[in-house]
Amino acid sequence: METRTSIKPLLAVLVSLAAVIPITAFGRNPNLREASTFLAGIIKFGLVVSMVPFILDGGTIEFSIAEVLPGLAIMLKVDAMGMLFALVSSTLWIVTSAYSIGYMRGLDEHSQTRYFSFFAVALSATIGVAFSANLFTMYLFYEMLSLATYPLVTHHQDQEARISGRKYLGFILGTSIGLVLPAMLVTYFAAGTLDFGAQGILAGHIGKTAVTVLLLMFVFGFAKAGIMPFHAWLPAAMVAPTPVSALLHAVAVVKVGVFSIFLVVTGIFGTELLASLHLGTVLCYIAAFTILTASLIALSQDGLKRRLAFSTIGQLSYIVLGAGLLSPKGLTGGLVHIAMHAFGKITLFMCAGAIFVATGKKYISEMVGIGRRMPVTMTAFLIGSLSVIGLPPTGGFISKWFLVLGTLEADQTVMLVVLLASSLLNAAYFLPIVYRAFFCTPEESMFGDTVEEPPLWCVVPLVFTATASVALVYFPQPFIRLAGLAVRAITGG
Amino acid sequence: MMIYQQAPALLVVIPLLSAFAVNISGLFNRRSCFPVALLAMAATFGATLMTLHRVMETGSFSYRLGGWPPPFGIEYVIDHLNGLVLAAVAFVSLLAVIFSRRSVEKELPDKVVQFYTLFVLLVTGLLGMTVTGDAFNLYVLLEIAALTGYALIALGDNRALVAGFNYVILGTIGASFYLLGVGHLFIMTGSLNMADLLGILPGLYGNTAVFVALLLILVGVWLKMAFFPLHTWLPNAYTYAPSAAGCLVAPLVTKVSVYIMIRIMLSVFSAGYVFDVLSVAEPIVWLAVAAILFGSILALAQQEMKKMLTYLIVAEVGYMVGGFWLATGYGITGAILHIVNDALMTFCLFAFAGIVVYKTGGSRLSDLEGLYRKMPVTMAAFTVGALSMIGVPPTAGFFSKWYLILGAIQAGSYHFVAALLISSLVNAILFFRII
Repeated sequence: METRTSIKPLLAVLVSLAAVIPITAFGRNPNLREASTFLAGIIKFGLVVSMVPFILDGGTIEFSIAEVLPGLAIMLKVDAMGMLFALVSSTLWIVTSAYSIGYMRGLDEHSQTRYFSFFAVALSATIGVAFSANLFTMYLFYEMLSLATYPLVTHHQDQEARISGRKYLGFILGTSIGLVLPAMLVTYFAAGTLDFGAQGILAGHIGKTAVTVLLLMFVFGFAKAGIMPFHAWLPAAMVAPTPVSALLHAVAVVKVGVFSIFLVVTGIFGTELLASLHLGTVLCYIAAFTILTASLIALSQDGLKRRLAFSTIGQLSYIVLGAGLLSPKGLTGGLVHIAMHAFGKITLFMCAGAIFVATGKKYISEMVGIGRRMPVTMTAFLIGSLSVIGLPPTGGFISKWFLVLGTLEADQTVMLVVLLASSLLNAAYFLPIVYRAFFCTPEESMFGDTVEEPPLWCVVPLVFTATASVALVYFPQPFIRLAGLAVRAITGG
Repeated sequence: MMIYQQAPALLVVIPLLSAFAVNISGLFNRRSCFPVALLAMAATFGATLMTLHRVMETGSFSYRLGGWPPPFGIEYVIDHLNGLVLAAVAFVSLLAVIFSRRSVEKELPDKVVQFYTLFVLLVTGLLGMTVTGDAFNLYVLLEIAALTGYALIALGDNRALVAGFNYVILGTIGASFYLLGVGHLFIMTGSLNMADLLGILPGLYGNTAVFVALLLILVGVWLKMAFFPLHTWLPNAYTYAPSAAGCLVAPLVTKVSVYIMIRIMLSVFSAGYVFDVLSVAEPIVWLAVAAILFGSILALAQQEMKKMLTYLIVAEVGYMVGGFWLATGYGITGAILHIVNDALMTFCLFAFAGIVVYKTGGSRLSDLEGLYRKMPVTMAAFTVGALSMIGVPPTAGFFSKWYLILGAIQAGSYHFVAALLISSLVNAILFFRII
């Protein structure tokens, strides 16, 4: 496998950070300000895409930034796994930026400059996590992301936002400082390095009990992954403006959480070590519990965004489950699900936001008959739902396919049942929304028959992601090939 | 290169003489005190930088005051450890003097001359304590720093007088303990020079008097650095001190005391003696754990920001003392690094408190509502300082905590790891209440 040194990954991380300067400088001229966001987004996307062919050929790109402490460098490494995640985030950033314009201007929100600035910072941190070469670098970017998203969550600056913000930071900083930091230090002390290795770095250094404790500390410590009982910040964070929920709380932040768990499971512990101690099964059961509980809670939520949040919690654990299966198909499924779920869930969030911009409605019980008023939005919502449930012809089907194959491969029949039960539950909490939006008697309908869609800046992005969700079932190759490469590197096969 | 050679002496002589200059120029024009003090601090900082540079280039060296050879004359010894601390102390003093200008004019309009005179004298004492290689000379400078410290704190209102009085009594007891300890050593060895003591003492390690001397010195410096449970004087004294005085005293005095503990333990006694022969390290780490938890929990109970910060100092002292007594390479590195980092972040937070007092007249946590809109730059700086206090990367506080925790893992002191993490979490709660 070829390794090349290039500054491109660093540039990809920094370009959105640098964009903060024009964004604040053009604070008084919204059009120029948003143009700088787009420019940064396009450059970032271009940089990421330009690295794709080399990665697909099996290469890795490295760049060492600085050696902070002896033996501990801040270092970037682009491999297939990181590329997959970076590709998803940088694509969706551009889409969300367009949507942000429609949403923020549509609602005439305050402090938009601050909003766009911190959004850009959050994206830098996300790509940083994706391209981390060691646990230390990942931790730096992970914390940077926690802090950069705080002003976004508390954007409204009212009592509710402040309480939610406190909960958000309390959970995320509390677990990362209280669990991940000591676990990382113990790892460093035991293994003498924090560089992600293809077969892990802990094997042979510590005993069984220590491995178990460390694994639990890491899995629960990355609270961004929303594993119960550390999930409560995600529903609370729904007070944020919807584009934030869409990109950060369906894609960037939460996926950083599961991606971190993925990296730790494969790069720190190593699949062989976990398999030999049967810890993969433990991880599966933790994930299964979260999947089922979150789906059940989602059934009872009337707030649309809250229902989506609980759905996200459940879907994130699919990815953790994929990691826990420790089998090639399961790992592939988990990685592909990062991409597929991202496109599906961002569509749903954008629809929720579009409904709010057009009608001011937040609760599902107020949305009877809304399909007549906003047919395009609700069709997109249907597609997003199908993708999250995992039905063809949407991308979610592909990842679920691999996950189910993974459970068979790993001989985890219980997990197979969990996945299928969860699909049913997903259908039970999504499809009634769509059904009642379109099929109702004129008396029941809460909306008139005139079609009134939200601003184009809102509709176009969500149509794009919905189309992408469908397209991904026909052209999933880039993501599957990346995931396959990553899994081959892990399992050595 | 004359100045370069003389820098170790200059860094004490400049502030000492500038005390006179400030006082005399103040007789003519009160407004001239600030520029004179500023100039002196800048020059002092320059001298410490030269000293640090020389240490980095050539390794540790000694400077003989008046040319008298040790152990009879007084010797200044500069190595990597105090070279760093010197630069940090001088840098924070320089920042503090810049900060003090408006704050002193507002809070102490009649006492400007006194303030700056005491200010530069306190810096003299702190730098002298750090640079000296003589145990008795250290006592003299300790008293200079202490007396000026009492006076600076007592410049405030009536509550400051009471708090200052408390501080005088406990501080004097601490200094006496230190002096008693040095006395014991002098009786046993006939020497006061640190390097000389280090050579003589190994023969006497079995002697109880030497052990008593060590305990006396330890208790003495602990009183000075407000190590739990000897911290009672600190919260009130630092809370009611004038803001500008707080900015100088709070970041530096406790840190320099920690430095002295490290210096005496390693350069008068030896690591082998204090860590291996005596079995005091373990209980001291437990005490440090208590200090950290106690300081953090009481900080949580405070309604006033300055008072909250003073309890955090108590906790931070626990970090450094505990880190040193872990007796591992990482732990001691962490303690030393934290001296510098903590000096900077404590200054940042106290300066913020000073600014809030200056702008709003109070520093209760409830007064801080909505400050982001009024002073975004100040609040941004405060946020960075607070993050460092919590230990969030990539701020300085993270790196010292990193070494401290590694040291604790190395030593197997998991209770210390737990204390550090709990304190981080409590700090996070504390500061996000404000932010």
